[in-house]
Amino acid sequence: MTDPYAGVRDTTQGRVFTVTGGDWDALLQSLDPLAEERLVVNMGPQHPSTHGVLRLVLEIEGETITEARSVIGYLHTGIEKSAEYRNWVQGPTFVTRMDYLAPIFNETGYCLAVEKLLGIEAPERANTIRVLMMELNRISSHLVWLATTGMELGALSMMIYGFREREKILDIFEMVTGLRMNMAYVRPGGVAQDLAPGTEDKIREFLAEMPGRINSYEDLLSENPIWKARTQGIGFLDITGCMALGITGPVLRSAGMPWDLRKTQPYCGYETYEFNVPTEETGDVYGRYQVRLAEMRESLKIINQALERLAPGPVMVEDRKIGWPAQLALGADGLGNSLEHIKNIMGQSMESLIHHFKLVTEGFRVPAGQVYTAVESPRGELGVHLVSDGGTRPYRLHVREPSFVNLQGFPAMVEGGPIADAIAAGASLDPVMGGVDR
Amino acid sequence: MTLPPSEGSNPSNTQPGTSPGLRTPTGESVGQPDRGMFGVVGSGDTSGFGGLVRPPYAPPPTDRPYGGYFDEVVDSLTEALSEQEVAYADAIYATVVDRDELTLYVHREQLKTVARTLRDDAGLRFEMCASVSGVDYLDSRPEDPYRLHVVYQLRSYSFRRIIRLEVAVSVEDPHLPTVTDIYPTADWQERETYDFFGTIFDGHPALTRILMPDDWEGYPQRKDYPLGGIAVEYKGAEIPPPDERRAYK
Repeated sequence: MTDPYAGVRDTTQGRVFTVTGGDWDALLQSLDPLAEERLVVNMGPQHPSTHGVLRLVLEIEGETITEARSVIGYLHTGIEKSAEYRNWVQGPTFVTRMDYLAPIFNETGYCLAVEKLLGIEAPERANTIRVLMMELNRISSHLVWLATTGMELGALSMMIYGFREREKILDIFEMVTGLRMNMAYVRPGGVAQDLAPGTEDKIREFLAEMPGRINSYEDLLSENPIWKARTQGIGFLDITGCMALGITGPVLRSAGMPWDLRKTQPYCGYETYEFNVPTEETGDVYGRYQVRLAEMRESLKIINQALERLAPGPVMVEDRKIGWPAQLALGADGLGNSLEHIKNIMGQSMESLIHHFKLVTEGFRVPAGQVYTAVESPRGELGVHLVSDGGTRPYRLHVREPSFVNLQGFPAMVEGGPIADAIAAGASLDPVMGGVDR
Repeated sequence: MTLPPSEGSNPSNTQPGTSPGLRTPTGESVGQPDRGMFGVVGSGDTSGFGGLVRPPYAPPPTDRPYGGYFDEVVDSLTEALSEQEVAYADAIYATVVDRDELTLYVHREQLKTVARTLRDDAGLRFEMCASVSGVDYLDSRPEDPYRLHVVYQLRSYSFRRIIRLEVAVSVEDPHLPTVTDIYPTADWQERETYDFFGTIFDGHPALTRILMPDDWEGYPQRKDYPLGGIAVEYKGAEIPPPDERRAYK
């Protein structure tokens, strides 16, 4: 290119113009700054705003994202493969570590699949406890979402409030299962143990406190001009996009589709509970925020109903070939086999001892076949495809993780928008990398 | 549909009426039967169950009525396929109902036709591909060449139904068509299946590894791929890695 007003020379840094005249328009037109200023930026895998070890490869022009790709696999732990080498009862201990913010859902999904293969159903009380725990877990998961998303968009107090209330749920979990996370509490055939004394009072305390807390989150954020500016109209994805990309959960419901497996394909007796499926029409981050807030309120309603109908009864199937005979009890050195049971198997019944030993070391056999069960996790459809060859271990376990599938929607949400909105849009998908990578 | 270059290597898979990965045309289930108890290998079986012989499991094709909405689905599919001049039996070689779930075993050549029909037909409307995954049947039916199965769970929002498609391919010819142009959500899920089982989805826009590192060799979820792990020494005793421990099967 020759220009009468500017001398041109090529350097190692690119072409340099020495402008002498005043004809700026012609000069600028001869350059396409966008084509030359294209930049590929790696966000992650250690970025604090990417919900774990997620790497986002963003091609940007100035502030605008022209192409976005997510790179995953940094947290792959081979849980599906490992589960093939453990017996059926050890399965919950593995799957609970997938989506670590919603462990009860992973366990329940897996156990429903095993139960379907076995052709058994958990007793009434076990189902009610599962529902109770799942809804508590849904609230705690949504609280973490609210807390981290608030933090990422600059609402730091929201983070503190969200984690504060989540702690109360984790206290309940600890009281019931002995662990705050990764509890392996739901087992094939029921749950590991009955609710500890005093649990119901503790949950009621939580139920009394929580509605006011949710109102305060709403007061803090819903009309906050910064929050609205960062979330309204951001990360848009309509029903067509969601369905094509297989996106489920709050993201699908924020686009206006009232699809919730608890209603459309009920399990654990959800058809007997009264609750609504909140939806929004906006399909943006703000809509997802509103859906999740409303879902927390609905979960409180379900927990209340579950508490009302908690009737005494067994929490594990009667079949002694499935349910472990050990009755757990609190001893001087913590939770363990009850002394009654130890006394029986060690002092009185050798057959019981053999039975106990065989059931724990060998495990039970599951008739050959395959099933697919799905539960509505806080992030969408959590499906478990389980294959048995008739042995004591799963032949193949595949978990259809909502985080994994939903993350495919990320480019559709952020391409063409500014880079700051990628944080809001990515957060609104609520991906948990433990679930994405498994 | 473009089929893989190695199409000719598995002639039986291309002939309608055969049953890859399910049963031989004569109806016998393939694979070797399971003997004895407790999985004793290499030493005498003292369990007293040494003479026990269990046939390998293969799901038997189900006869009508299938029950529930399955009859309606199969009828609608038969009709919709015949409009495209495809016979149901040429596309689907077995229909299995087990534990209230319908599985259609599809010839890979007809997978796209079947998937597109299931999605678009007004009486079927399986709008969503909920899950794609693989299963390697090497251990359970070792003599079956079609050991790699790709399993699709299709969900209908309109009718609140769910069915399963299953395609069987062999290790020597692990090709099958992609369904990403019908269900875009299958993109990552097919990549995951390729990553772990080595099944090649022809026509996939970018079939690369997704969870394992790019330069990984082998397909970890195959049954002949070891779990790995190292022995752990504890107070003088050595505990072998999980896949080498004595276990019941």
